[in-house]
Amino acid sequence: MRRELDVQRYPWIAVLLAPLVAVFLQAYIPRFVPRFDIIDLPLLVIIYFSVGWRNPIAGTLGGALIGLMQDALTSRPLGVNGISNSIIGFLAGSLGVKIDVENPGTRLLMNFAFTLLNTVVYLFIVHRLLAIDLRTNWLHEVIKAVINAIVGVFVFDILDRVRVRE
Amino acid sequence: MESFLTRYKNLLFLVLVLALQIAGLAVQIRRPSPGAPDGHSVRLIRRWAVALISPPEEALHGGGSGIRDLWANYLDLRHVRQQNQDLRERVSRMQLEQASLMEDARQGQRLQQLLAFREHYIYSTVPAQVIGTSGADQSQVLYIDKGSKDGLKPDMPVITPDGIVGKLKDVFPHTAQVLEISDQSSGAGVLLETTRLRGVLKGNAFGQPQIVNLLPDERVKPGEHVVTSGGDQIFPRGLPVGVVDHVVDDAQNPPYVDVVIKPAANLGRLGEVLVITKLSDQMPPQERKDIAESAASLKDAGVQRAADILDQRLPSVDPTTQAADAASPDGIPPLVKAPLPLHADRYTPDATPPAQDLVPGRRFTPDLPASLTGTSPAAAKAAQRKTAAGGASPATKPARPLRAPARVAPETSGNSESAAGVSVPAPASPGP
Repeated sequence: MRRELDVQRYPWIAVLLAPLVAVFLQAYIPRFVPRFDIIDLPLLVIIYFSVGWRNPIAGTLGGALIGLMQDALTSRPLGVNGISNSIIGFLAGSLGVKIDVENPGTRLLMNFAFTLLNTVVYLFIVHRLLAIDLRTNWLHEVIKAVINAIVGVFVFDILDRVRVRE
Repeated sequence: MESFLTRYKNLLFLVLVLALQIAGLAVQIRRPSPGAPDGHSVRLIRRWAVALISPPEEALHGGGSGIRDLWANYLDLRHVRQQNQDLRERVSRMQLEQASLMEDARQGQRLQQLLAFREHYIYSTVPAQVIGTSGADQSQVLYIDKGSKDGLKPDMPVITPDGIVGKLKDVFPHTAQVLEISDQSSGAGVLLETTRLRGVLKGNAFGQPQIVNLLPDERVKPGEHVVTSGGDQIFPRGLPVGVVDHVVDDAQNPPYVDVVIKPAANLGRLGEVLVITKLSDQMPPQERKDIAESAASLKDAGVQRAADILDQRLPSVDPTTQAADAASPDGIPPLVKAPLPLHADRYTPDATPPAQDLVPGRRFTPDLPASLTGTSPAAAKAAQRKTAAGGASPATKPARPLRAPARVAPETSGNSESAAGVSVPAPASPGP
């Protein structure tokens, strides 16, 4: 019963546009700010909606769709980001059921952990499933997770404004 | 059973979604080679995604360009007269430089033709604007606003005037995907300009291009220029790639090293690029025309060409003699006169008397003409007299042979030096 009461609702246009805008900005801004690609806006949007919906199935599906769209823009096979984002969506949806994620501190930690986990899953798929020799720098990945965690707090704050108030 | 499905429906859904995507991955990686094009369905998904993202990118780019152009036009017009004059002077200067360098280039091309070497010229290019990126730091990909409708095809090289950028991967009707040289899945054949080391250029984890799997070589220093080698059959030979930034040990493949390159093209802030659509072993007509114009202007300006300078330094047939002999009825070409030696010796032409003048067993001392030694006849005679009187100065002591002779002939003229003090080694006796 608690779960249904806590479920966040969003206008369907926001649910549709937010991931598209995130993917678009992710592809467009690095043209002018090359290091912007360290931020993963689509992943932050997936985490936000999955946690807000508190529904692992919706999180999994949303993660898969946005991940596949990200894959389509890269040179890698389709499904690499799709799989990793599906897992993150599922876990975020499951986590939303159990804990309160309105607190900025909680959001910071959650974004850090999910970004790092997303990288681990992504690299596992690339190395183990695709056998691609992708060099990794773990310090870079940790820095990436920290930056995403900080940016995520602000992105979540912006997305909170489109939430339907009851 | 129903309670199991209800209880684990979330997890089962996740497993289903993952299984579908893994199956999709398995289908995709069954391609014959890593560089082979995507399958139809994969290509379709990519096309949909690009069709969704590209239009707003192009619209934003177009709008932004309009505003930028308006402002740039205003700024440009303020100094356009001075700039025009400067550019004209620069073009004139560069035409002269180009013409003088082209002589050397032509000579190189002739030598390459002799070796059956096929040069590839950039015959035609298509300019394109960069409209977006992949947005992922693990995938260094760009999107340009030209596609198959503009004649682009996969694997065409993409460059800027500064250096190479990458190659086309997926080409859609109105857009195309460029795989940058800094991507880990890219590859380009390169050559270190000074040390002539060849290698393969790939991207590293930080998105920097690097030459991988090179054996350690102390000659490779930061700042050395790197150019394309042409070995990859994609990029033409000799295009600038960048300069060596630093050398790092390859932790995964010791003792090899990776040479990290600072790219010549600014890969992070690319605006306009050129796609090479055609390579040819013939020089493009426009380039030939430019060179002809440069050569004409060079001639008018009276500037000496590199080939002319080379012609003066090397021995050649005197043009006046050549003309006279060409006019002679027998038409036999003349013998080429050898240049004057810097240090005359007994092997110098005209220094040896005819055979009938030589005495058996008597050592011959060459009587070099003054024209060969560069000394006046009077000075030569004075030097001969001094030597005959036994007053050999330290400077005119008989030179020691390089190898000790077995036996020196007793009857020598006592004048074993040339008139100008040129040392001639005493010849070894013919032996018993």
